[in-house]
Amino acid sequence: MAKAAAKTNAASPSVERRPALAGRAVSAAGVKVEILPPAERISLRAPQASLAALSKALGVTLPAKPKTSATKGGRTALWLGPDEWLIIDEAGKDPLADCAKVSALHSAVGISHRNVAISVTGPAAAVTVNAGCPQDLSLDAFPVGAASRTILGKSEIVLMRTAADAFRVECWRSLSDYVFTLLSEAASDAAN
Amino acid sequence: MLLIRCPYCEEERPELEFRNAGEAHIARSANIAAESDDDFEKFFFIRANPKGVIYERWRHIHGCARFFNAVRDTVTDKFVMTYKAGEPKPEKLPGASK
Amino acid sequence: MNAAFRIPGAGRLSQAKTASFSFDDKSYTGIEGDTLASALLANGVHLVGRSFKYHRPRGFLSAGAEEPNALVQIVRDDARKTPNVRATVQELYDGLTANSQNRWPSLAFDVGAVNDIASPLFSAGFYYKTFMWPKSAWKNLYEPKIRAAAGLGVSPDKPDPDHYAARYAHCEVLVLGGGAAGIAAALAAAETGARVILADEQAEFGGSLRFESGAKIDGENGYSWAQAAVAKLKAMDNVRVLSRTTAFGYYAQNFVGLVERVSDHLKSPGRELARERLWQVRARRVVIATGAIERHMVFANNDRPGVMLASAARTYLNHFGVAVGRNVGVYTANDSAYAAAIDLKKAGVNVAAIVDLRDNPSGPVIDEARALGIEINFGRAVVSAGGKLRVSSMTVQPKNGGGERTIPVDAILMSAGWTPSVHLFSQSRGKVAFNDETKRFVPGTYAQDCVSVGACNGTDGLSATVDEAYAAGAKAAKDAGAKTGKGIKPKVDASESWSRGMLGAAPGAGPGTTVKAFVDFQNDVTAKDIRQAVHEGMRSIEHVKRFTTNGMATDQGKTSNMHGLAIAAEELGKPIPQVGLTTFRAPYTPVTFGSIVGHARGALFDPTRRTATHGWAASHGAVFEDVGQWKRAWYFPKAGEDMHAAVDRECVTVRKTAGLFDASTLGKIEVVGPDAAKFMELLYTNPWEKLEPGRCRYGIMLREDGFIYDDGVVGRLAPDRFHVTTTTGGAPRVMHHMEDYLQTEFPHLNVWLTSITEQWAVIAVQGPKSRDIIAPLVEGIDMSDEALPHMSVREGRICGVPTRLFRMSFTGERGFEVNVPADYGEAVWEALWAEGQKHGAAAYGTETMHVLRAEKGYIIVGQDTDGTVTPNDAGLDWAVGKKKTDFVGIRGLARPDLVAKGRKQLVGLKTKDPKVVLEEGAQIVADPKQAIPMKMIGHVTSSYWSENCGRSIALALVAGGRDRMGETLYVPMPNGTIEVEVTGMVFVDEKGERLNG
Repeated sequence: MAKAAAKTNAASPSVERRPALAGRAVSAAGVKVEILPPAERISLRAPQASLAALSKALGVTLPAKPKTSATKGGRTALWLGPDEWLIIDEAGKDPLADCAKVSALHSAVGISHRNVAISVTGPAAAVTVNAGCPQDLSLDAFPVGAASRTILGKSEIVLMRTAADAFRVECWRSLSDYVFTLLSEAASDAAN
Repeated sequence: MLLIRCPYCEEERPELEFRNAGEAHIARSANIAAESDDDFEKFFFIRANPKGVIYERWRHIHGCARFFNAVRDTVTDKFVMTYKAGEPKPEKLPGASK
Repeated sequence: MNAAFRIPGAGRLSQAKTASFSFDDKSYTGIEGDTLASALLANGVHLVGRSFKYHRPRGFLSAGAEEPNALVQIVRDDARKTPNVRATVQELYDGLTANSQNRWPSLAFDVGAVNDIASPLFSAGFYYKTFMWPKSAWKNLYEPKIRAAAGLGVSPDKPDPDHYAARYAHCEVLVLGGGAAGIAAALAAAETGARVILADEQAEFGGSLRFESGAKIDGENGYSWAQAAVAKLKAMDNVRVLSRTTAFGYYAQNFVGLVERVSDHLKSPGRELARERLWQVRARRVVIATGAIERHMVFANNDRPGVMLASAARTYLNHFGVAVGRNVGVYTANDSAYAAAIDLKKAGVNVAAIVDLRDNPSGPVIDEARALGIEINFGRAVVSAGGKLRVSSMTVQPKNGGGERTIPVDAILMSAGWTPSVHLFSQSRGKVAFNDETKRFVPGTYAQDCVSVGACNGTDGLSATVDEAYAAGAKAAKDAGAKTGKGIKPKVDASESWSRGMLGAAPGAGPGTTVKAFVDFQNDVTAKDIRQAVHEGMRSIEHVKRFTTNGMATDQGKTSNMHGLAIAAEELGKPIPQVGLTTFRAPYTPVTFGSIVGHARGALFDPTRRTATHGWAASHGAVFEDVGQWKRAWYFPKAGEDMHAAVDRECVTVRKTAGLFDASTLGKIEVVGPDAAKFMELLYTNPWEKLEPGRCRYGIMLREDGFIYDDGVVGRLAPDRFHVTTTTGGAPRVMHHMEDYLQTEFPHLNVWLTSITEQWAVIAVQGPKSRDIIAPLVEGIDMSDEALPHMSVREGRICGVPTRLFRMSFTGERGFEVNVPADYGEAVWEALWAEGQKHGAAAYGTETMHVLRAEKGYIIVGQDTDGTVTPNDAGLDWAVGKKKTDFVGIRGLARPDLVAKGRKQLVGLKTKDPKVVLEEGAQIVADPKQAIPMKMIGHVTSSYWSENCGRSIALALVAGGRDRMGETLYVPMPNGTIEVEVTGMVFVDEKGERLNG
């Protein structure tokens, strides 16, 4: 496979990185909504035959079951579609570089800056997300580790349950203001 | 809001995640450039619009992003069944009105 | 101090907790837990409104959501003035301010009441018959007058300061209605561990147990049992109990809309509290336990204040401790009104007489009433109510005629029987069935996974209701996949009878009479009106309804539908089921716009998307324009500049030195895989296989019909990797279009698409100095014209940040588009800006971008094209691969119409007067002297003042345009006709030398 814009180690940035909404957080009774720090992300597309090689290179087994995810060593692979995974690395390692070593058929595209992550935590987390997300977020229907692309109000999001009372919401950068504001407003109503 | 079963996600999901994509089982000719005007008209412009069972394409655009096929009854607005893109038109329909 | 009609010891409210309120500027005192209705009644106030059409004085008919008369305006402040609030459901809070509606100058003396005297003029179908001619009067006279007279109350004229919440919820069993049936069903379902939601529209649960003093369950008074059962449910983790919550709509697949009134009952709700909360519930099973609504008797002047439903009077007494009068009469056709007489009598109220239409009924309640010494008249009718602002008497007559007798009363309690509330069942698309024996419509064929229980199912008697509901609750949970519960069914020890009654006009208001016997109070429809509708040819109940407006008010005919139907059926001589029942539609009771809108207002109405450099642009004075959801910098005025001055300066600066432009909103798609070029060949008109990695090409995408769908520059990063750009507005649909073909027509291709629109911030640096500005910041890319010619792309670093550097131009100048990861966008922009300052570069916005591209004749898809323009029409035939055997649109391009002569073609226009700037969209004609309607041969698609050209420029679609070069055409405008000359599309640097200048 062709290499994507591989990171050269030549220079470090001489300009600062300004993540969207950095540091924003809102607390309400029973729930906290906060912007998470930047992470490395790729959109990984591949046929069945390539999954073993890619899983090995990434160090995490790409889940095959709909609405699931797998996490290992700070790296999470979310099943988004039958040939699509969102890889999120929070350990500072570059999954794009890992995939570049794989010769099996696949497409890896860097989207670290495309997405913004928002955490929603607390006993009222599910109710908060349900203010705009029409999916059943009970633990039976959406257990810990469940992940899905879905809708929040008028924005598309990727939703993952990281704990019984915690969700990670990923959205596109320019929609993060909308998504964060909606979650914040929903949070203030969630405990009522 | 309807619930629609996505054949790739293997569960019913809220309609908000989906988008209709028109009539199903209208294949683009592999040699479309050589098609007659009449054939092209049938392929591109003519649609069935039946009262009753209709074969449609839907896309789980805010889910797994896959296009798939659905059988829907336009009288009851109920989905009879859904199946993956590329699969043949089902011969037998479960519980459809005539 | 107790209000005059509050009975000490009666009711369930704590008399210690008083609340003061005002009605029509007069102050009163009520008790916490009162409704506005019960508080007014406690103060002896019955007159609360004027009717819609005749302005007749009206009081309280009911004690619940079915109320058609007592509609008031609740005023919290200037912005919170809610009209048409039913006083019977508005809970009292200290300081509540309410006003009556539809009266002037006052409630007791209302000028509009002349309509009542003139009522023969306002018969059924009045509007349809009266306002027919002259036609012109509709616009100038009738409509404004009718509009002024229509509607009740006053809308607030300020934005709603309240906020509204929304929530999706899922459960196994949703129980609608919190009376004995709903509670029993919820208990049974909850005990299985299934997720249960129980909703009731009242502040307290219990439903009719609020007034049914004779009910006993599990050894307790019915109401107390209900409270204990609800407390038990609330304590369960798997149950959500929602009071003050109305199920207003039942939609497909058990999707039910509930509105919870969160703070309308509070004196000063905290800002954090939503006013209302919309619940959109998806339930595996729904148990409908919505009870029944009592019907009134249809007799002359049955609308006088003080004439009300018997169950309402009982509710006011048994729940609120209020007597609705001191000397009441009862008019009934069934047993249940006897209980009201008995309760009131026992509370010390005189019951003047019970008038019972039935000939010889018997039963325990009749015996009890008789034992209490109440006068009972069988086989008699109340033929008229006396009094005007308040009922003062009832005139009684044997039902088959005979001597009249007038009995003084100050209230009449009536009951014609009970109508099962099948509204939600009917909304679920269930079909009702008419039970001929009990003369009522009950649920027949179910369309969804729901079940009706109790009174709404036509089940009579509390014992049967609780048995049925408990079993249904358990079954619903089981059917939804829950385990079997271990609960104990509540045991009913005593209950009352609600069966039977009558439908239609009572004696004295039947055929041949013209008295005002109201069927529909809210819309002022009388029995006579219904009969008239039939006489005038209406045969279907749907037509009768529309002709008379029976049941069409906001109460949706909760009390009137069955009477109206029976009267129409009698007049038509048909059985009731053959005349049909009108369809029940959502909402069950009125729903505020706020609750439907929910969070989606203000900043949350629609996402506002901002690019990474938005902050910089804002702080440098940018004026923004909306492009879809995006905010884009439109122009950057300096102090003292208007838009034209700013745009002129920006345009000149870019061509003289350089300009910086934020192009981040352009759609970007990464196309990756060994078949990437093959896929591009199929989706774009251009050839791609031979495009070298590192080079770019302007691509055109068609729909299958041959018309231009999108365009953009595509860079080939590697043999199997393309960086595709799309228009800003086209980004999502182009992605959808590409995915559609990839997944369904070309699934054999090994290629994948990823949206990278938001991964990369894009800074366009355009102008003769552009390379000088960028070069000092770039590492690893040879910026020479030889190494990086026009239309090429390189990956490297800028400011130490990874970049995809495009050499391309949308201005006709030497130009670059610097792609950097979005979080670095603003900082890299600042670095480029600092370099640019050394050369006198300007920041420019979308307006300048538009002008500069028009000067070069570059099209904008969606502005210069409109979905009916082919590449040839747009002068872009060169971009269509002539040797290609397939691409989307190839067959469409060969359609006869698309190859015909005389198609509209894109050309340039120059006005004869260079100072005149054409209007975009203006129509073009060949001969301005022809008669109107003129033959329009095209229209202006783009038009600007070009400071670089020193004149106006325009692009236009003109029939046969390219054959008209040099011709004079005309643009007729309201202020005169503008002469234009047809020209080529390029106004600046026709040879394209500046791309390397």
